[in-house]
Amino acid sequence: MTTALLEMTGIVKEFPGVRALDGVDLGVRAGEVHCLLGQNGAGKSTLIKVLSGAHQPDEGVIVWQGEQVRLANPMAAMRLGIATIYQELDLVDGLSVAENIFLGHELAAAGFMRRGDAQEAAAALLARLGHPEISPRMEVGRLSTAGKQIVSMARALSHDVKLIIMDEPSAVLDQEEVARLFTVIRDLTADGVAVIYISHRLEEIRQIGDRVTVLKDGRTVATGLSARETPTSELIRRLAGREIEYVFPPRTKVEDDAPVVLDVADLAAPRAFSGVTFQVRAGEIVGLAGLVGSGRSEVLETIYGARKASSGSVSVDGRRLRPGSVRAAVAAGVGLSPEERKSQGLLLDEAVYRNVSLATMTRFARGGFLNHVNERRAAEVHTKALDVRPSDVARAARTLSGGNQQKVVLARWLLRECRVLLLDEPTRGVDVGARSELYALVRRLADDGVAVVLVSSEIPEVLGLANRVLVLREGKVVHTGPAEEIDEHRVLDLVMEGSAA
Amino acid sequence: MSERTTPAAAPAADEHQRVEALAAEAGIGAPRSALGRFMASSAGRNFGLVIVLLLLCLVGVLTAGDRFANVNNILTILRLASVIGVVSIGMTFVIIGGGIDLSVGAIVALSSVWATTLATQTMAMDFHWVLMVFTALVVGTACGLINGSLIAYGRMAPFIMTLAMLVAARGLAEIISERKTQIIQVRDFVNFVNGRFLGIPVLVWIFAVVAAIGWVLLNRTTFGRRTIAVGGNINAARLAGIAVKRHTVLIYTLLGLLCGVAAVMLMARTTTGSSTHGMLYELDAIAAVVIGGTLLTGGRGTIVGTIFGVLIFTTLTNVFTLNNLDTSTQAVAKGVIIVAAVLLQQRVAARSDSS
Repeated sequence: MTTALLEMTGIVKEFPGVRALDGVDLGVRAGEVHCLLGQNGAGKSTLIKVLSGAHQPDEGVIVWQGEQVRLANPMAAMRLGIATIYQELDLVDGLSVAENIFLGHELAAAGFMRRGDAQEAAAALLARLGHPEISPRMEVGRLSTAGKQIVSMARALSHDVKLIIMDEPSAVLDQEEVARLFTVIRDLTADGVAVIYISHRLEEIRQIGDRVTVLKDGRTVATGLSARETPTSELIRRLAGREIEYVFPPRTKVEDDAPVVLDVADLAAPRAFSGVTFQVRAGEIVGLAGLVGSGRSEVLETIYGARKASSGSVSVDGRRLRPGSVRAAVAAGVGLSPEERKSQGLLLDEAVYRNVSLATMTRFARGGFLNHVNERRAAEVHTKALDVRPSDVARAARTLSGGNQQKVVLARWLLRECRVLLLDEPTRGVDVGARSELYALVRRLADDGVAVVLVSSEIPEVLGLANRVLVLREGKVVHTGPAEEIDEHRVLDLVMEGSAA
Repeated sequence: MSERTTPAAAPAADEHQRVEALAAEAGIGAPRSALGRFMASSAGRNFGLVIVLLLLCLVGVLTAGDRFANVNNILTILRLASVIGVVSIGMTFVIIGGGIDLSVGAIVALSSVWATTLATQTMAMDFHWVLMVFTALVVGTACGLINGSLIAYGRMAPFIMTLAMLVAARGLAEIISERKTQIIQVRDFVNFVNGRFLGIPVLVWIFAVVAAIGWVLLNRTTFGRRTIAVGGNINAARLAGIAVKRHTVLIYTLLGLLCGVAAVMLMARTTTGSSTHGMLYELDAIAAVVIGGTLLTGGRGTIVGTIFGVLIFTTLTNVFTLNNLDTSTQAVAKGVIIVAAVLLQQRVAARSDSS
């Protein structure tokens, strides 16, 4: 149990504009479950990609079983015995369980698949994982998510694997399935296989983990902590307080008699969230905090009508919106800046001004004919006000930086004179310098009377910008209150454990 | 409300503008050379097509001399180009909108047959030949409407839906005509549509008018802008409040209508209606659109490019025919041109993306 299987020291990985990993150390022993903790953006995913050979580190040393190695590509990592089980399982739905397990290293003789042998070997692997009930002949598409995860693990075991990396495996499982997964993990570690386990749920880490490494801002801030004995308060203290200096604009107090613009009552969407109730007054910014998968983005999509609610209602200025209709929401003055700006927000090949006018086009048309001059001038008023750079609105949206693309989407809704603005991860992919500017902008919009709902993975961002904060955990609102009265520790505690610290 | 839309001055906005103006003067951030900039513009992309067309004409003059370069031959080329041209204009909208339509040839056939049945022709003689035109347009529009509705609201893949329409429409055309070629007895119809106006064939006029309307529709109206939005990023279009499904129906219906127009033109040119009309029009139209620079994935394309695509193909056929080369050789040359044009386009696209 004490032999060092993997020793990573001083790993640095830079992307244009971001230092994703800034000196990470990680040591994993054979036969242990090593938990990786860190907030969104702390560098966990990048670290996994380095370890699985998908990214090359710029600096640092990886020692595998006493020898320094270079993981040039995923196959190299696989050959050493490092397997990764991703959140989005990379299985082929149309192939059988056995075919998936041996995909890429098929048991074959002279080009012909030895189907019988493959099925036998697959059955043996599944039995080893404690799931003999999964038939090797079954089509993978018909399995549950838990079943697919087992197949992924069987695939890892089909290579002579020594280290399995699991990226939030429990996020897609129910409690019973998690318990069974843990049994499998214990069996594997008893055989000397090491597991790197990533999860946001502290209670799981306590149950299954041996040691914990905490990442923050691309650095290792603690390593080799005992998973069972380290107090929760210490773990959270190490996770919190990310050292990024954002400048938040001063909060404007919202008067109690300010009119309610957005009224969400007992809103629910199947398998996403339920019982969500809140109001946003004119001039108020309400922040939704929670982990990925807690239902925060889904709440925004449902308010916007892009997702159908199973119960509850959304009203704007006292008028109830037709559920499941984006057009009704837009007509009522709701605007959404979506999470995936490029795939959901922009026409990348189109000119900036055309992106701005996308929701307002008819205003510049007479009998269907567009007046380009007016359209462009109107768009320019807002891109100038938001200081979109470069200022030439005829440029394709593709050529702008992330922050400026975000401003283009905001300009669209400014032009629309929207009453409610839903912002989903507005600073994702926006460099640090441009963020403060965006914050000031959002504040200014609120001060002008817009009701803003803000979703962000960055807890400081929600706390710094919002008047009021809702904390979501697994589709339920677990806390509502003024932003001044809650701090990052408390929010982390709420989203990770749900119990009082 | 109005106060909110009046933007407050951004801090130091003037300073940014000043810096930017300086940068622009110094040529920083501007696309490379004047030539590079021109080639990346839409006029530049079409410039390549002009060159190809001129080269073809040069080959025509060199190999066939006066037989190629005379007014009548040019008008013949234009007359042949006009029928497939009208279909290609409609196809441009469908492809820019992110779709595809394989049923255009079959719709042309069905429209031509329906408009030339004994019953329709008798009525047309009693009333006016416009009735035949009207019938063809209604049949074409209806087919397009069915395509669009099932694609948008029935969530069928455009490829499958229009493949089904291809088979079904041609089958129906065979049933109605009993697989016989229906000769048009209404002379006034043929005389008018296949006649000349100001010395230029009416067929060419129709193509010109359709192309002009198509250009305006794509570049100057909300319809065109929405088509680009739906094809370029359907999620963004939906989230911006555009009625994506309704618009999809409209795009296919427009193409159906234009297939009806093409059927009328073909009826006049051949003085028949037949279930074999419009064979392989879908391939010719798609090829012309793609050669014209429209992305098959949607979101980008031009009407002018499509017109050149059609003219290049028709001129090629004409040059080959004048030189007594068979249709098989023509087919090989067409295939080569398609591949060459798309390869060329990808290079241009890659360059303009990296700027």
